Amino acid sequence: MRVSLFITCYNDLLFPETGVAVVKVLERLGHTVLFRSAQTCCGQMHYNTGYQRETVALVRKFVEIFSDDEIIVSPSSSCVAMIRDHFEKVAVLAEEPALLAKVKEIIPRVYEFTELLVNKFGVENVGGYYPHRVTYHPSCHGLRMLRLGDTPVRLLRKVSGIDLVDLSNATECCGFGGTFAIKNAETSAAMLEDKVRCVLDTGAQVCTAGDNSCLMHIYGALHRQKLPVKTLHIAQILASTGEEPAK
Amino acid sequence: MSIHVGNAETARPFPDAARAALDDAQLRTNVRNATNIIQAKRNNMTAELADWEALRNAAHAIKTHTLRYLDVYLEQFEANVTREGGKVHWAADADEANQIIARIIADRGGKEVIKVKTMTSNEVRLNECLEAQGITPIETDLADLIVQLGNQDPSHIVVPALHINRTQIRDIFRSKLPLHELGIEDLTDDPSQLAEAARLYLRHKFLTVDIGISGANFAVADTGAIVLVESEGNGRMCLTLPDVLITLVGIEKIVPTFRDLEVFLQALPRSATGERMNPYNSIWTGIAPGDGPTEFHVVLLDNGRTDVLANGEGREALNCIRCGACLNVCPVYHQTGGHAYGSVYQGPIGAIITPQLQSLEHSRTLPFASSLCGACYDVCPVKINIPEILIYLRGQIIRENQRTVAGKFDLENMAMQAMALVFASSGVMTTAEAIAKLAQNSFVHDGVIDSLPAILSGWTNSRDLMPIPEQSFRQWWSQRRKEQ
Repeated sequence: MRVSLFITCYNDLLFPETGVAVVKVLERLGHTVLFRSAQTCCGQMHYNTGYQRETVALVRKFVEIFSDDEIIVSPSSSCVAMIRDHFEKVAVLAEEPALLAKVKEIIPRVYEFTELLVNKFGVENVGGYYPHRVTYHPSCHGLRMLRLGDTPVRLLRKVSGIDLVDLSNATECCGFGGTFAIKNAETSAAMLEDKVRCVLDTGAQVCTAGDNSCLMHIYGALHRQKLPVKTLHIAQILASTGEEPAK
Repeated sequence: MSIHVGNAETARPFPDAARAALDDAQLRTNVRNATNIIQAKRNNMTAELADWEALRNAAHAIKTHTLRYLDVYLEQFEANVTREGGKVHWAADADEANQIIARIIADRGGKEVIKVKTMTSNEVRLNECLEAQGITPIETDLADLIVQLGNQDPSHIVVPALHINRTQIRDIFRSKLPLHELGIEDLTDDPSQLAEAARLYLRHKFLTVDIGISGANFAVADTGAIVLVESEGNGRMCLTLPDVLITLVGIEKIVPTFRDLEVFLQALPRSATGERMNPYNSIWTGIAPGDGPTEFHVVLLDNGRTDVLANGEGREALNCIRCGACLNVCPVYHQTGGHAYGSVYQGPIGAIITPQLQSLEHSRTLPFASSLCGACYDVCPVKINIPEILIYLRGQIIRENQRTVAGKFDLENMAMQAMALVFASSGVMTTAEAIAKLAQNSFVHDGVIDSLPAILSGWTNSRDLMPIPEQSFRQWWSQRRKEQ
């Protein structure tokens, strides 16, 4: 099938390897990936920080760019949650019934990456090989807005060689929360401290998630404290093979 | 109008207050231990009900309906209370509520009053007002008593003394209770000893003070009944022993029919204390000759609630039944405890109630005191979509800021406007990405960004940031296409 990739602004700039991994996995499964270069940002940061009016143009842009695509995939649970839970509200705020109609029409075609693989394509084994001890942090938006449940874990379990270990207090937020991490930096850092302690308790070499924003946050503390745990987006673990291991 | 919510006027902005709380290791341990215990009990109690989700939906539906017809139900409630021999007073704001209550007490020549379970009285600062008029209020719920004796503020809407442990309680009792008079020589931090000390102290008050003040969990429109749930039985004493009973009720506490209690008396205890039922459920209607108080007053408090009701985006906050489940599950509350919220309503629910009741510099920081993780919405027994309301309130605050000159040229606003322009076009975005890559050079040390200026320093004070890689995804994509 033809899958149109919404890479998201911060993955484009900061985590290009995640996008490369998504392309690899989808192509390995026989799908054709499409990348519409006019795409930019879903507006989540603006919306959640209170700059809702400023997201109207971004919502308009999104529906225009992706209007013809049957399947739109994004390796970011929070950006998909923004689209699914808030795009309609933005259209209402903008008082644009035509935009609202387009938003409603496009939402069912937007998938989070793991959701697309498991729920739409019915695949759990994507042929990954990753012989490391890994723990999975279920990002809040994936968990409570997209209701991904064990979808990502089902994919990870089928990765050969993986030693998947449970994270305690897994459902508790890592403290990122977008601009929250800046506006309430100390509280955010204290939340992160708890998350990092749980990650270390697992003895995992790698902490993975479906959202690079959480991973960027967790990396921030791991790296600052010189702790020997890596962070890696789930797409990169799924894409990893013996010939081309994830970096 | 004189609307106030506890001591919110003098409260510090959340980030400042949180900083102080985060430095208090004992506080954080106490909060974490207590919330872990309550959460585990709550999770067991909701998991055992096959129809828990249906119960939440029912509770939400009843509350939504009630708020829609609140005017009708309030008048029905008033008529029924009056018919049953009680007197209903309407208080538009905090001052009016305080004056009404003080007058009732003064008419009886009261010098002391016993109180139970009335967070709303903290909202209107009733104790302060009574003390100014020479009337001594005595809290009789154990945790409220501890907080009162310790000259502190409650830190949790259900467990007011959650922030302190038993050793700290022993110290408060040692310095504030007349232990010698009560026949106690050596008070330890043994919970049964602490409870006994409070029991001896309060028993005397129950038997001698003839005016009681209570809050209410629910006010039933079709019968005029008031419902109050508690764990200790002190409330039952407070409600039945005095000659005069005054109940202070926020207007949103109405439920239409007695039958609705079937839903709420399941949803509340399971969510609040993790119990199937509260040990004491007091339900009373008006006065009954020869049984309990001979004079019964209900003070219905607005204090900003009708303004919240008028706001379609924020009114769901009035659904709250004060169970505290959102505090117990909140990762922010876990770190800071309740005092950082500078309000009698703490945690996620406080962050949407306080700023709607009272617009203050402090309360404007509250909607931002959340990572929007959504855990609060998941546990709320009346399904208040707290994250949605937080985002809505953020929007209101930002829009107000943007209307001022200072707000327009605020660093954050300018950065957000600039980024909105960048995202408006992929061409501009590509250019901006290139600039960011160049600009980061002065901040990258040993392959990592460990120090950023101005508002971004909050991140790098405790966290590193990985530098922007050489090639963006879109660059990789176009290069790959050329090669193919």
